[in-house]
Order: sequence, then C-alpha cells, then structure tokens
Amino acid sequence: MTELRGFYTLWLREVKRYFRDKVRIVSSFFQPFLWLVVFGTGFRFSGQIGELNYQEYLFPGIIGQALLFTSMFMGISVIWDKEFGFMKEILVAPISRVTIFLGKMVGDSTDAVLQGTIIFLVAALLGIKVDLVAYFKALPVMLLITFGLVSIGLTIASFMRSLESFGVIQSFINLPLFFLSGALFPLTNPSIPDWLRLISKGNPLTYGVDALRTIILGEAWQPLQALHVNLAVLGAFDIIMIIIGTWAFTRMK
Amino acid sequence: MRKVIETFKLTRMFNRLTAVNQLDISVESGEIFGLLGPNGAGKTTTISMLCTILKPTSGTAKVNGFDIVKEAMQVRKSIGIVFQDPSIDDRMTGRENLFMHANLYGVPSSEQKSRIDRVLKLVELEDRADDIMRTYSGGMRRRLELARGLIHYPKVLFLDEPTLGLDPQTRDHIWMYIRELKEAHDITIVLTTHYMDEADKLCDRIAIMDYGKIIALDTPSKLKETLEGDVVNIRANNPETLLSLVTEKMGLQNARINNGTIEITVKNGKSMLPRIVEAATQNNIFIESISLREPNLEDVFLHYTGRTIRADSSRERHGFLAIARRRIK
Repeated sequence: MTELRGFYTLWLREVKRYFRDKVRIVSSFFQPFLWLVVFGTGFRFSGQIGELNYQEYLFPGIIGQALLFTSMFMGISVIWDKEFGFMKEILVAPISRVTIFLGKMVGDSTDAVLQGTIIFLVAALLGIKVDLVAYFKALPVMLLITFGLVSIGLTIASFMRSLESFGVIQSFINLPLFFLSGALFPLTNPSIPDWLRLISKGNPLTYGVDALRTIILGEAWQPLQALHVNLAVLGAFDIIMIIIGTWAFTRMK
Repeated sequence: MRKVIETFKLTRMFNRLTAVNQLDISVESGEIFGLLGPNGAGKTTTISMLCTILKPTSGTAKVNGFDIVKEAMQVRKSIGIVFQDPSIDDRMTGRENLFMHANLYGVPSSEQKSRIDRVLKLVELEDRADDIMRTYSGGMRRRLELARGLIHYPKVLFLDEPTLGLDPQTRDHIWMYIRELKEAHDITIVLTTHYMDEADKLCDRIAIMDYGKIIALDTPSKLKETLEGDVVNIRANNPETLLSLVTEKMGLQNARINNGTIEITVKNGKSMLPRIVEAATQNNIFIESISLREPNLEDVFLHYTGRTIRADSSRERHGFLAIARRRIK
C-alpha cells in the first residue's frame, strides 16, 4: 500500500511538473509544426508513397520522433533531482527502488505521450486527416513505445553527474534512432539497401513507428510486419529496459 | 533512559581514508545530541550511516531498535532527516512538498491535512505554503525542510548543519523551532554543527569529533568544567618570555601561545590577573591587553585537539559553497 502510494506520488509529480513548464509545452508545438509544414510540404511535391502524400506519411513518423526525443530528454529530470537535492529525499524514503523507478518512469512516459498528443493536435490544425478513434487506438501503443525509451534515458542519467554530459550522450542516441526508424522514409521501398534495412530492424523505434502507421493510416499503409509482431517486439524491449533501469536505480547513491 | 541510538564499532572508510573510526556512542530517548567538529571530522558520514544512506565498512548501529544494515526500511520509517544541502522540489509549492513527503512515508490520508497544517504553523509558513518554493528565501526553505522532517512523526530527527549559511536572525529562529519540536513531539534530535554557540545553546550532550573519533562526550557545562576554570588572554610585546615566566615562576601549567596571544587557563582568574600583571612589570614586559572570560566550547575543542575549530579554512569555503548553491536556485 505504501509502495502504491509512493508510486502515485512520484507519477503525479512528473505530470505536474510537465504542466507547469509552459515554455516546453509551447515549444513542443513548434518543432512538429516545422517538420510537418516545411519538411513535409517540401517532400510532398517531390514524390508519393503509395497512395499517400508525404505529409500524411510523415505524420506518424513525427509522433515517433516526439516520443523518442521527449522520452530520452526525461532522463534529465534525474540529473536535475540529483543536482538540486530532491533525489536524496526520494532515496531515503521508506519505499523500494523498484517503486521509485516505476513511478518516475510511468510519470515521464505519461509526459511523453502528452507530447505525442500535441502532434495529433498540430496535424489536425494543419488539415492532415486525423480521426479520433485512431488517436485512442494509438494511445496504448504510444505508451508501449515510451516505456522502453524513457527507461533508457533514466538509466543513462542515473550514471551521470552533469547536465552537459547528458546532452552529448543524448545526441549520440536520439538522431541515429530517429534516422534509422523509418520515420522519414519508407523502409518497405525495395531499393533501400540491405545494410540500412538490417540496422533499422535492430531499432525498437522502427517497430513503434510501423505500428503507429498501421493504426493511423490504415489500409493505405503497407506495414513492415503485422501489428501484433510490432507490439510483441515493443513489449519485450520494454521489459528488458525496465529491468535494466530498476537495476541502475538500485545502485544509485 | 531508553537508548534510541547505539553504535557498535561503527566504521566507514573511503578508499584508504578512515572517515569514521570504530565509533561507539549511544543517544538516549528525548535528548538533543550534538556532533561537533571541524569539516571532515566524520559528522556527516556518521549521520549518513545512521540514516541508512551509506553502508558501514564494518561495525553497525541500532536506531530505534532496528539494525541500520539489516533493517534499513524500518530505520527509515523511524527517522526524519534534514540534510546539509537543500533537498526540496523547488518547482512545487511548500504544501505539495509536504504532501509528497507524507505519501512517501505512508502517513494515513485522513491525517495528512491536519498534520501538514500543524507543521506549517510551527515554522510560520502558513501564508506562503501555496507558493512555488523557488520564491522562498534560504531560511524559509530550511524551515520547510524542518517541518517536512516531522510529518511522519519520527522517533529520531537528524539535522545535518541545520543553520549553515543562514543569517543570525534566522539561526535564532531555527534554534527556537528545534527546542519547540523536542518539547512538543517528544522526539530525539541528533544534530551536527561546527557552530560552537549552536551546540552550546541547544544540546543536552555533545560529542566532539575529530578525525573520525569521539574525543570528548558530555554535557556542555561538564565539558567546560573539565577545563578547570577561566581563560586569560594576554597580548604582550614579548609573549615567549611572559609564557615561560607564567609557566615556570608562577606554576601555571595550562598555558600556550595561540596566534601571538598567550592563553592561560586558571582556576581563579580574577585573583590571578593582578599577579600576572605584577610579574610582567617586574620583568619589564609590556602588556598591551588582557582579558578574562568563562571558557566556551571553542576552548574545549582547543583543549582536546590543540587547534581551533575555525583554523581550517576549507571548512568556511564549504560553507560559502552551500550558501551559493542555495542562492542559485
């Protein structure tokens, strides 16, 4: 019972902090706007992907990108808490480290999914066809994507002491995962070289983006693999990362 | 009296440095127990072990009857901690910080609101409770941390340098709260400090710590009594000659030169003063100034360690750093 309440407390804290950071919420409208309007429009007139125009195709990919970037960025809260001392308050509390990790992780994932929701809003504003049913179907998938990614961010952050070094690591992970996820170009294209396809297969985000496209674009999208395969891979990835993350938090001082 | 804390050869090493060396102390229920010593003496390390933040290298301790290694969770439930460095979430309001704490420590929901209102009143922060803590001053943050440490009714409250870097008025206030806490909540308080006056005014018993060991442990008044009397400070144009005169001719063995000032501890200072002046004049030594005072803990520390607690400048720097860190936020 104490553990459950501890979990809820830590979850609530992350969500409250998210809503209080007005600058972040405003800026989170701006980046997808740029991608979808400038990048998306530019490529729209450079080619079609099946029956889809590029903007429609890109939209689920930008959700994937937002989930990835936000999730990894969440690790910063651990360094922040260490720097400003609140981590000590959490670590000496009579709750287990598993609970501490899970509370923070699910809280950060909630934030990341809220960020993904903003992309839906931006897309709707831009006149991209978005349907509400697809959004609610996408919600659990978005959570599944973020659990593992947030866990990576938290794990890395638990080993770090300064905000600067976290930024460096982040750029080594974020952009490769983003570029290799099929968010920007279809990996289903037969002329994609094998090496690129192979590396992308090792990227968990590839499965996440594919699953989001299957849900949002429906019939118009030729998936890499069936939805349940995507979800199974994501689930396995989450479990492994959560175990690693819990271990990392257990050894944190 | 029941023993709330008991350590058994408690030891902690950092690589080859022994921070705490075979510590054997016991703290009784309901007392304010002070750990006094310069920085690096091992005070914070000792507290960290008692709070289960650090594992001892060897030895162990019991807090509220629970072993700090084997029953860490039980220990954590029994204690409240106010850390040396700030540990609040400054993006949250004071009240939110208190609610988080109450939930993390399993305080029943039905009691949370009333307990929080009570501690807020105690530290006089009711008016500011719903402001984001970023807008609090250093002293207010400290008071909120004190309040927070009490919400779950701990048996022992650990205060690590509770007034470090605060202005004199705020320090006075915090001392007042600490005394009130002890009276009202019947809890045992263990505090570390390197402020002598703080230890003297607050503590029932004081352990003086240096290089990881306890070098003296008693009530403040008994510690001062061990010095056997008053302290006479003399500035003279020829301190070495006067020192040998005092020790050899007058038989006052407890005398030394500290920073060019002769410091003599004597049983009956008032009657000794004229005799010292007379002896100096007879030997053509010019006395610039002379003073007499009751001994304080600083003298006790000097007596046991042979140096003043303030001599170590790195400690002060540490103090400034802590203030700077508070200010940054």
